[in-house]
Amino acid sequence: MINLETHLPALQVLVPMLLAPLVILLRPRGLAWAATAAVSLMAFAIAVSLTMGVMGGGLYSYEMGSWPAPYGIALQVDAFSVLVLLVITAASSIALLACKSSLDSEIEATRQPLFYAAWLLVVAGLCGIVVAADAFNIFVFMEISSLASYVLVAGGPDRRALPAVFKYLIMGTIGATFYLIGIGLIYMMTGTLNLADMELRIHEVADQRPILVAAGFITIGLALKAAVFPLHVWLPNAYTYAPNAVTVFLAACATKVALYVLMRFDFVVFQQNLVGHEIQFAAFLMPLAVLAILIGSAVAIFEPNLKRLFAYSSVAQIGYILLGASLVSMMGLTAGIIHIFNHALAKGAIFLAVACLATRLTHLNFKHLAGAARQMPWTMGALVLGGLSLIGVPGTAGFISKWYLVMAALERGPLGVFLILVIIAGSLMALVYIWRIVETAYFQAPGAQVNAQISGEAPLPMLVITWLTALSSLYFGLVPSVPLWLSSAAAESLLGHLR
Amino acid sequence: MELLGLYYYWIFAALLMIGFYAVIAKLNLIKKLIGLSLFQSAVFLLYITMGKVSDGTAPIFQDGLTDQVFSNPLPQVLILTAIVVGISTTALGLGVVVRIEEEYGTIEENEIREIDRQ
Repeated sequence: MINLETHLPALQVLVPMLLAPLVILLRPRGLAWAATAAVSLMAFAIAVSLTMGVMGGGLYSYEMGSWPAPYGIALQVDAFSVLVLLVITAASSIALLACKSSLDSEIEATRQPLFYAAWLLVVAGLCGIVVAADAFNIFVFMEISSLASYVLVAGGPDRRALPAVFKYLIMGTIGATFYLIGIGLIYMMTGTLNLADMELRIHEVADQRPILVAAGFITIGLALKAAVFPLHVWLPNAYTYAPNAVTVFLAACATKVALYVLMRFDFVVFQQNLVGHEIQFAAFLMPLAVLAILIGSAVAIFEPNLKRLFAYSSVAQIGYILLGASLVSMMGLTAGIIHIFNHALAKGAIFLAVACLATRLTHLNFKHLAGAARQMPWTMGALVLGGLSLIGVPGTAGFISKWYLVMAALERGPLGVFLILVIIAGSLMALVYIWRIVETAYFQAPGAQVNAQISGEAPLPMLVITWLTALSSLYFGLVPSVPLWLSSAAAESLLGHLR
Repeated sequence: MELLGLYYYWIFAALLMIGFYAVIAKLNLIKKLIGLSLFQSAVFLLYITMGKVSDGTAPIFQDGLTDQVFSNPLPQVLILTAIVVGISTTALGLGVVVRIEEEYGTIEENEIREIDRQ
C-alpha cells in the first residue's frame, strides 16, 4: 500500500503538471474551467496537508527515484516552503473559483482549454520552485512558470497586453539567464547543485572571485524576476493589461516566489560563507527596498488607472518584504515572510474587487469609478477592507507584518528610526491612494454618461469569494497564529544557517 | 599569457554583452529576440567550457577501455535543458511578435509606443 503522505512533496508538483495537458482535451463549454478549478483545489488540499505535517514537527525530504541526495534530485518542504505553497495554491483556487464569468467574457471559448492548461502549468511551476532543493531544478521550474504566465498575461482581449508581455518576456528571460550564469559559476567552483551540499562545499572556495560574481548574478537575476525597485518596469503594464483573474493570481504569488528563492539562496548558501556578505546583502538590498516603498507608493498616488495603481502598490509591498529580509534578524525575517502571506490576502481581495468592478464598468479609471459605491456597495466594501490591510490598520493582517517590521527596525538604533519613518511614510501614502478611491466611489456623483453603465452588483459567486478573501484578511489580522508560527519557524531555520 | 589562455571566457563575455546590447538598444522586436538568443548561447558556452576536462573525451562508456579520461557529462545535460528552455522562450517571443504585427501593423518598439500613446 503506497503511503500517500511520503509522496506529497512530489505530488504537489505532479498533480497540476500532469493534468495540465489533459485539460486541453476538454472542449465542451465550461468543462476546462471546472477541471482546472478542481485540480487547483486538489493542489490546495495537498498544500494544507503538507502544512499540517510541518506544523506537527515534520520536515519533508524527498528523493526522486530514491537516488541519494547529492547525486539525485531532492525535494524539501519546510515551514517557509509550506507558507509559500499555501499562498500559491490558495491564490490560484480563489482566482479560478471567483472569476469564471470574468474569464468567460475575456477569453474566447475555443481558446479556453489552452488558457487553463497554461494556468495549471504556472501553478505546477511555482509549486516546483518552492519544493525543489537543488538550484538547477529551481531554474527549470522558474522558466516553466514564467513561460506559462506569459501566455496567461497575453490571453485577454486588450492588445496593449502584447507589448507588455514582450517586455515581461525579455526581462524575465534575462533574469533567469543571469540566475543560470550564477549557478554555473557556483557549480564550477563547488561541483554540486544541491543547495544543502553547496552550503558545505562552498566553505573552501568562499572568497574566490567566481563565488562573489555568482552571488551578484544570482541576486540580480532573482531581483529581475521579483520586480525589486529599479528592475520592476515590466510589472505595471503586465498586471494592468492582463485578464482580471490572471492579475488576481499573479499579483498574489508570482513575484513572492522569486523572493523566496532569493532568501533561500542568500541565507542557506551565501551568508555564512562569504566574508561580509551579510553586510553586502543588507547594504545592497535595503536602499532598494526603501526606494521601492517610497517611489512605488508615490507613483500610485497619482495614477488614474485602478489596476496600474495597485500594480505600483505591489511594487511598494515587495519593498516591505525585502526590507524585512534585509534586516537579517529574527523579527525582520518573520516580518518579511509573514508579509508574503498577508500581502497575498490583501492584494488578492483588492484585485478580486477590481475584477468585480470590471464586470460592470467599461473602464477602470477614476472617471468611471465616480459614485460606484451607490450601485456596488458590497464590491467597494471588500475593496476598502483590502485597502485597510494594505495600510496596516490594527485588526487587519497588514498590521501584523508592519508591527513586526517596526519592532525589527527598533533593534537597529539610528538606522532603525529612519526605517520606521519610511514604513510610516509608506502607510500614509497607501492611506492617500486608498482614500482617493474611497472618495471617488463613495462621495462623488456619477457622471452623466457613465451612470447608465453600472447595472447592479457583480455576480454573486464572485462577490462571495471576494468577501471571503477580504474577511480572511481580517481574520488573520486578529488570529495570526498559523502564519506567525510558520513565519517564525521559517525565520529561525533561515537564521540557523548563519550559525 | 595566462589571460589569453582563458580565451573561452573572453568569448563568453563578449557574446553575452553583444546579445545584451542588442536586447537593450535595438528597436526592432525580432532583433531584440536575436539578441536574447545570443545572450543565452553565451551561457551555454560557459557551461560547456567548464565541463571540458584536459585530454577528456566524450563521456560514453566503451567496452575494453579502462583508463580513459572523460569530460564531465553533467554540464552537457544542464545545457540540453537550458537550450530547450531557450527554444521555448524564442518560440513564444516570436509568437508574441506575430500577434503584435497583426494588432499594431508594426514591429518597431518606438512606433508601437506612439500608437499606444494615442
